[in-house]
Amino acid sequence: MEIIQIVGLGLIATVLILIIREQKPMFAFLLAAFTGIYVFLFLIGKIDAVITVLQELAERSGIPGIYLQTILKIIGIAYIAEFGAQIVRDAGQESVASKIEFAGKVLILVMAVPIIGVIIETVIGLLPEGG
Amino acid sequence: MNIDVSAIFQIAGIGIVIAMIHTILKQMGKEDMAHWVTVIGFVVVLFMVVRLLNELFQEIKTIFLFQ
Repeated sequence: MEIIQIVGLGLIATVLILIIREQKPMFAFLLAAFTGIYVFLFLIGKIDAVITVLQELAERSGIPGIYLQTILKIIGIAYIAEFGAQIVRDAGQESVASKIEFAGKVLILVMAVPIIGVIIETVIGLLPEGG
Repeated sequence: MNIDVSAIFQIAGIGIVIAMIHTILKQMGKEDMAHWVTVIGFVVVLFMVVRLLNELFQEIKTIFLFQ
């Protein structure tokens, strides 16, 4: 029942943040960031197990490694960008947060371009010649 | 993971103590000292947060980006 640990941690951290925010908002921000990082670190161990299984499945079904690698990179970028944007948004900098999200989207698009190219090539190959 | 949950309480404690010291020094009329105390406390806490952030990014790199 690790969810109880996480929820308890979140509640305690929230109370502490509310106490400190009265005196020093900067410390409250750092405490929120620390709590977020801790929860993410906790979750990344679980994600690791899932990804190991996914890799095994991909190897067994003979999918080229580059596809899974690209997908994992995209997930990683989404993970980091979301995390950074949330922390920045907590500090009240909405515009910087949306820039971070935008950068994440663009980088994901860049990662996805080779896969899109492969798909389009496959579709063109399926089309009848001279049609 | 070498940083555990007690670090959250450490940060909260540092924040409260710094706020107290700041108030006391202000009452004594030492404004500049009070600001230096705040800055030093902030740097200490920032150091802790950045170390944990570094750990998180390393984990993400090894898991997602195959490096």
